[in-house]
This record gives sequence, C-alpha cells and structure tokens, in this order.
Amino acid sequence: MRLSRSAKVVLGVITGLVLLFIYTPLLLVVVNSFNADRTFGWPPKGFTLEWWGKAFDSPGVRDAVVSSVWVALVSTIVSLVLGTLLAISLQRYEFFGRDVISLLVILPIALPGVVTGIALNNMFTTILGVPLSLWTVVIAHATFCMVTVFNNAIARLRRTSAGLEEASSDLGAGVFTTFGLVTFPQLRSALLAGGLLAFALSFDEIIVTTFTIGAGETTLPIWILQNLFRPNQAPVVNVVAVVLIVVSIVPIWLAQRLSGDSVGVSEARVKADGR
Amino acid sequence: MAQQLQQLPPGSPQSAGAVPRAKANSFSALLHRSPRLRLAGLLTAPALWLVLVYVAALAALLITAFWTVDTFTGEVSTEWTTENIVTVLTDPVYQRITLRTVWIAVAVTVIDMILALPIAFFIAKVAPARWEKLLVVAVLMPLWASYLVKAYAWRNVLSEGGLLEWLGAPIGLSSPGYGETAVIVTLSYIWLPYMILPIYAGFDRVPDSLLEASGDLGAKPLTTMRLVMLPLLVPSIIAGTIFTFSLSLGDYITAQIVGGTTQMLGTVVYANVGAANNLPFAAAVSLVPIAIIMFYLFIVRRTGALNSL
Repeated sequence: MRLSRSAKVVLGVITGLVLLFIYTPLLLVVVNSFNADRTFGWPPKGFTLEWWGKAFDSPGVRDAVVSSVWVALVSTIVSLVLGTLLAISLQRYEFFGRDVISLLVILPIALPGVVTGIALNNMFTTILGVPLSLWTVVIAHATFCMVTVFNNAIARLRRTSAGLEEASSDLGAGVFTTFGLVTFPQLRSALLAGGLLAFALSFDEIIVTTFTIGAGETTLPIWILQNLFRPNQAPVVNVVAVVLIVVSIVPIWLAQRLSGDSVGVSEARVKADGR
Repeated sequence: MAQQLQQLPPGSPQSAGAVPRAKANSFSALLHRSPRLRLAGLLTAPALWLVLVYVAALAALLITAFWTVDTFTGEVSTEWTTENIVTVLTDPVYQRITLRTVWIAVAVTVIDMILALPIAFFIAKVAPARWEKLLVVAVLMPLWASYLVKAYAWRNVLSEGGLLEWLGAPIGLSSPGYGETAVIVTLSYIWLPYMILPIYAGFDRVPDSLLEASGDLGAKPLTTMRLVMLPLLVPSIIAGTIFTFSLSLGDYITAQIVGGTTQMLGTVVYANVGAANNLPFAAAVSLVPIAIIMFYLFIVRRTGALNSL
C-alpha cells in the first residue's frame, strides 16, 4: 500500500492534534497550580508559588498524604506476597482448578470499579459488620494490586526455566534455600516493577476507596474530591493534583525501565478500574 | 538454611545448639518430598484471599440485592424480596438512567474509535521507526496519570472563563458547561489511550508484505484498508471497545465532577450506599452494568477479541 505524501501529512497532523488533546488538560492543571488568579481564567494573570506553600502548610493535605502513603505501602506489601505466591503456584504446578484461579485473579480488573467497590462495602458493613477504616481500604486495594504483581511475576517465570530450581534441589539445597538463592534473584526486578505499579495504583485510586474508607479518614484522592467544589480550596486542589500526576507517573516510568517490557494494556486496565 | 548446616562439620560444638535450624531443615525436607504440600503452602494464602474477600463479596452482593431495608430502623433486613430488582427494571426513572448510561458509554466508544484509528495507523505503519517507540510512550504516559486528576483537569478546561471559552471565543464557540456533553467529552478523553493501544497492537501485527501485495495487485490504499486491514483489525477494535464501554458504564466520579446534574448508574449506586443508606437497592442497581457487560462480552466472544485483551 503506497500512501500519497499528502495522506501521510494529514495522518501526522491528526496524530499531533490528538496528542495535543491528550496533554493540554494535564498541562493546564500544572500551569494553574502557579496561576495567580484564584478563578483560573485563561490566560493566566501572573505567576505565584503561594498555592504550593499553602498546600505544604495545610494539615488536611499532610494527613491525607500520610494516609495515602500508608495505605499504598501496606497494600503493596500484601499484594507482593500474595501475587508472588500465586504466580509461582500457577506457573510451576499443575493442579485441578488452576484455570478457575487464574480467572479469579483477573476478575477484580474485569469488572467496573463501582462493582468491586459496592461488593466490598456490602460485605464489610452488611454481612460482616466490620466498621470501615483505612484497613478496609488496604484489603480492597491489595485485592486488585495483586494482579499487577502477579502479571509481572508470571511473565518473568515463563521466561525462566524451572530447570535451575531442579538443579538447585538436586545439589542438596532445601526448598527455602532454592527460593532465596535461585528463584527470588530471578524474580527480583519483576517484583520491584510490579510493586512500583501496585504502589502507584493504590496511591491514586478513588472509586473503590470511596466505598471502603471509614468516615473521617482521607487519602489524597479523597481529599481532592472533598475539596473540589469549595472555591476557596481550588488553588490547593490544583497543587495536590500535580503531586498526584507526578507520584503516579514516576513509579510507572521506573517500572517500565526495570521490567524491560512495556507496561501492557491489561495492566493499564487495572489502573483504570483501580481506578 | 540447608546450606548453612552443610557448612558445619557434623558433631561440631555449634551444631549442638542449632536445634531450630535442624527442625527447619526437616520441614524443608518434608516440603521437598511432597510437591503437593509445597503447592498447598504456596496457594493457600492467595486463594483464600481471593475467595474469602472477592468471590464472597460478589456472592454477597447478589444475595443482598434480594434483601430489603427496614424503613424504621434503617437496618438491612434479610427478608427475601424481588422488589429492588423489579423497581430498577420497571421504574421509568431508572430506565432513563440506564438508557442514558448506555448512550454515554456508546458515544464515548464511538468517539474513541474514530480518534484512535488514524493515530494508531500512523504510529504503526506511517511514522519512521525511530519515532514509533517515542509515540507509543507519549500515548501511554498520560494513561497512568490519576483518573481523578484527568476528570478534574477537564473541569478546569470547561470552566467559565476557562481555556475552552478562550479558544472558542474567536470562532464563536462557547464551552458546553457541565452536563452530559461534558461527561462524554471527559470520558472519551480519559479512556482514549485504552482504545489506541490495542488498535495500535493490531495494526502492528498486520505484516507490511500483505499491504504491499494488495497494492501490487492494483488495490488503491482505501481498498486495501477496507478489504485487507479492517478484517484483520476487528478483534483489536473490539478489545478496545470492551475497555471504553465497560469503563464508561461503571463511571460515577466523572459524572460528579463535570456532569452537573447528570445521573449515571454509578451515581445511583453511590447515592444509595451513602446518603440514602439502602445497600440492597444499590446492589440491585449494580447488577445492571454487570449484566450489560456480560451480555456484551457474550456477543463479542466469538470474534476472538477476548484473547487480545
């Protein structure tokens, strides 16, 4: 198929416009976090660092950051352990019900976030009678963060041979020694990548969080949602939004460099629902 | 542990105090002898988590939809009733909300398809090889920015006196304001990368030689596109539509941020969990998007799109 020069140019221009469409709103948030005008009319009226200072001084924002980091850390640790165990069992063993389990892992990303959210909310409040707190958020987050760790770990296990582990055990290493000295070093960078993705996912998750968080607790996204409609908080919301963009993109960038594969669509899907 | 033990000469003074290690060694040996025990050790925790947390929650959701709320105490009462389901399906208010949600999801899907096809084609087949990777990253990056921030960004763009009004003023256009149109635009924006990526992967898999052969046999570019490329792309396009459609169907945050008074199914679910405190009804409403998505997956499963997810 030979495209004419003009067809190529038209396609290039469309691509450029779509990229402009993708980046402009995000850049606008960044620019507005320095915009001296409180109402954020366009074009900006002047440059100021006042909102950044205000955000750093705001106790509400600081508490929300602490909660977000805590939730993301604990969910990441839980999902690292569970995701790794699951990946090893599904990749290295044959057993009855294996297909069911591998379907179950992706279920939290196959259904919309609102479904996961209400299902967990209903289970905690109606069925179990557990009061919602940051712990219930951790349980919810770990459930879908597990998928990213699982995906990264199982992709790596597929590329490495079980022969090395057999050799290790033939040479007299125990089960735990083999894991520590043979399996884990091969998995290390994949787990780091999966862990970073899980952290980023949990850090800016909003939909499932709104259903599982206790009254009076705030994570950073919840803080944004609560302050979004308060005009006097708008400048600080912009700053927090920029922080969220940076905190979610940097780990992804690192993860991509670490895992060596580009971060796939199905993982992005976790992110979408995860939301 | 086994390795450490091997380093100790048998009967040496240290080994006398190494009882716990010896125990660990026999446990390790037991695991070594029995693959089944090893598997049980690996699988128990994650499988229990998935079943106890997630499967149990989904099952409970289905059951709760058939319960009701005691109007006096506000507590969930476990009396069986199909009232919630009947209300969701027959009340004109919820029928309208369901139709509106499906319409928004369809509109978002079509807009994203129209935007994604040319850009995916350009990246996969037209752009020079050294640009290709860069362009893929450029599309992928914003996908990872917070969903909430993206919806918020559009609140900024569409605001009174905001960027869109400023851009539109010279050509006499104004911002649509916050409402259904804003929801469609914002959701199209948020889910666009999810449509571009599978379609790009689809274009990338079509071998260039096939396109050249078609051209050599006299087909014009548009004919090649219609007769050679499009049939090969159908699974990828459908994979993209599954993302955009089901993600839009479950949305409520975007509706809340730029939708004004626009209500979607997600809005109703959320309102009934929070303010209205009617979990059984919220559960019944949430079965609607689940059913629609299952139905959509059922229709498209024969195209093989599910394998390109």
